[in-house]
Amino acid sequence: MTTILEVNGLEKRFGGVVAAQNIGVTVSAGETIGIIGANGAGKTTFVNMVTGHLPPSAGTVKFLGTNIVGLPPRRITELGLCRSFQVPQVFLSESVFDNVLMAYGIAEESGFSMLRPLRNKERDARVRKHLASYQIAEHEETAASALSQGIRKLLDIAMATVRKPQLLMLDEPTSGISVEEKFDLMDIIMAALREEQTTVMFIEHDMEIVQRHVARVLAFSQGEIICDAPTAKAMVDPKVVEFVLGQEYHVGIRSDA
Amino acid sequence: MSADKTIIGVTIAVVLLACANFFIADWIRQIGLLSMAIGSVALGLLVLWRTGLISFGHALFYGFSAYGVALLNYLGVRDAFVLVIVSAAASGLLAWGLGFLVRRYRAIFFALLTMAFSMILYGVLAKTERFGSTDGLNVHPPTFLGYAPVDQAAQITLFLFGLLVIYGLILGVQIYLRSVLGQMTTAVRENEIRVEYLGYSVEHVIHIKYVISGLLAGFGGAIMALAVGQVDPESMAYWTASGEFVFVAILAGTGNVAAPFIGAVAFEVIRHFAWEHGANLWQLIMGGTLLAIIMFVPDGIWSVLQRLVGKKDGVK
Ligand SMILES: Nc1ncnc2c1ncn2[C@@H]1O[C@H](COP(=O)(O)OP(=O)(O)OP(=O)(O)O)[C@@H](O)[C@H]1O
Ligand SMILES: [Mg+2]
Repeated sequence: MTTILEVNGLEKRFGGVVAAQNIGVTVSAGETIGIIGANGAGKTTFVNMVTGHLPPSAGTVKFLGTNIVGLPPRRITELGLCRSFQVPQVFLSESVFDNVLMAYGIAEESGFSMLRPLRNKERDARVRKHLASYQIAEHEETAASALSQGIRKLLDIAMATVRKPQLLMLDEPTSGISVEEKFDLMDIIMAALREEQTTVMFIEHDMEIVQRHVARVLAFSQGEIICDAPTAKAMVDPKVVEFVLGQEYHVGIRSDA
Repeated sequence: MSADKTIIGVTIAVVLLACANFFIADWIRQIGLLSMAIGSVALGLLVLWRTGLISFGHALFYGFSAYGVALLNYLGVRDAFVLVIVSAAASGLLAWGLGFLVRRYRAIFFALLTMAFSMILYGVLAKTERFGSTDGLNVHPPTFLGYAPVDQAAQITLFLFGLLVIYGLILGVQIYLRSVLGQMTTAVRENEIRVEYLGYSVEHVIHIKYVISGLLAGFGGAIMALAVGQVDPESMAYWTASGEFVFVAILAGTGNVAAPFIGAVAFEVIRHFAWEHGANLWQLIMGGTLLAIIMFVPDGIWSVLQRLVGKKDGVK
C-alpha cells in the first residue's frame, strides 16, 4: 500500500494550552480511519493543522511526499487533500446546484481558462451526476440556507469531493443530526466515497458508526494520540475505554451494530 | 441564453444610438457622452458590488486616467484610440499595484482605502503647478486614426468613438461575468473559507475584480476628458466625484451590464435640468432620489425596467 499521508511530531499550542502534541500518523491509500476522542481532545485541531487551516507550532505533514506545512489551503486542496467542516461551509444564499457548480468550476479551470463560462451542458451534467451520488438531486433548486442540517452536511461533503481527492478529512459529518437520520447519512457518504475509492478520515463521536464504517481508529485524549489500532482492538483498549468511551455520551455498544 | 439576450439588446441599442447620433441636438449628444463616461465608472463599481464590495474612491482611477489624456496631449499624442487605451491601461496598472494592499481588506476598510488614495491624488493634482493646480489642464480635440474633424463633426465622431469603446467594455464585462472567475461573487461574499478549500485564492479573485474595476473607471475618465475638453482636480479627483459614481451605481442597480449606462443617463438628465434651476436644487433632488431608491427600489432602475417588461429571470 502506498503511503499518502505522513504526520510527524505535530504540535499546537494556544498560549499555554497544548491542543495537540507529539502527533504521528501514517495513512495508506484506500484506508478508512475513524478519529475519536472526548470533547476538547484535539481532533479538530489535528484536522485543521493537516489541512492548512491552522499553522502547527511544530512538526511535519507530508502529503504524497510533499511537505505541506505552511501551504495555503487552496494549494493543499489542489494537491488532492480536501475536507469538510463541523459546521457546513457552503454558499448559503445559493441553490444546491449552484454551490456544487461553483465547486466544479474552480476544480476544472485554472489560470486563463477561469475565463471560460461557468455553465455549459457537460459541466451541468457532471454536477447532476455528483448530486445524485450524494442523493441530494431532489434539492437541486433549494437555497442552501433552507436545507435541513443533514442535507446541508451532504452538500458540504459533496462540494469537498468534487476534485476526487486522494484523501478526504471529515470533521464530525454526523454532528447535529438526529439519531434516526445519521446512519442513513453516513451510509450515503461512505457509499459515494467507496465508488471513488477515496481514502477517508473522519471524526466521529458515535461508536456504532465508527464500528460500522472504519477499519482503523485513532483515539485522541488531551492533545495526544493514545491509541492507533484496528477498530475492534481499539474498542477494548484500556486507555480508550478510560479516556474516550468512558466519557462519551454514546458509550453503549448496541448488540445489532 | 440570456447572455445572448443582453448582448443582442446592447448591440441593437448601440446601432440605434449610432444612427440617432446624426440627428440629435448637440446638448443631447453631450449628455450621451457624459453618460458614457460616468456609466463606465459605474460599471466598474458593479463588478465589485456583485461581490459585496464597494469603493468610495473610484475618482482615483477616473481622475488618473483623465489627467493621463491631458498629459499625453502635452507629449503630442492626439489620437483618441491611443489616448483612451493608454490612459485607461495606466489606471488599470495603478489598480493592479494598489490591489496588493486593497485585496486584504473588506467592507468599510475596502471602501475607504481607495478613497484615501484618491484624496492623495487630489492633493497632488491641486498642488502641482505643472498639472495646472486647481485650474487643471486643457485637452485638445482628438484625432481619429488621422481623421481630424472640427466643430459639430468632432462631437459626432467622438460620440461614435465613445459608443464603440462602451460596446467593447460591455461585451468584455459580460463575458467576464459569465466566466468561472466572474461568477465568484456570492461565493466570495458569503464564504471565503469554502472558496479557499475549493482551491482558489479569494484575494486573487478580489484583486482581479479591482483591476477590472479600475480599468473601467479609467475608460470613463478618459472619455470624460475628451468630452469636456479639460481636466481639473475638483470634478475629476475629489471625493464628491466618487460619491456621484456610487450614486449612479445605486440608481442603476447591479442586475445587468447595461444598467450603469441607463443609470448614468438618468443621472445626467436630472443634473442637466436641475442645474438650470440653481445649484441647491440639484443637491435636493439628488438626496431625494437616493432616498426614494433606497426605500422603494433598492435594486435600482434596472429592476423597474425588468418589472415593466415583465420578465422574471434576472439577466445576470
Ligand atoms: N482557536 C483556539 N484558541 C484557543 N484554544 C483553542 C482554539 N481552538 C481549540 N482550542 C483548544 O484546544 C483544545 C482542542 O480543541 P479541538 O477543537 O481540537 O477539540 P475537539 O477534539 O475537536 O473537540 P470537539 O469534540 O468538542 O469538537 C481545546 O482545549 C480547545 O479549547
Ligand atoms: Mg471538533
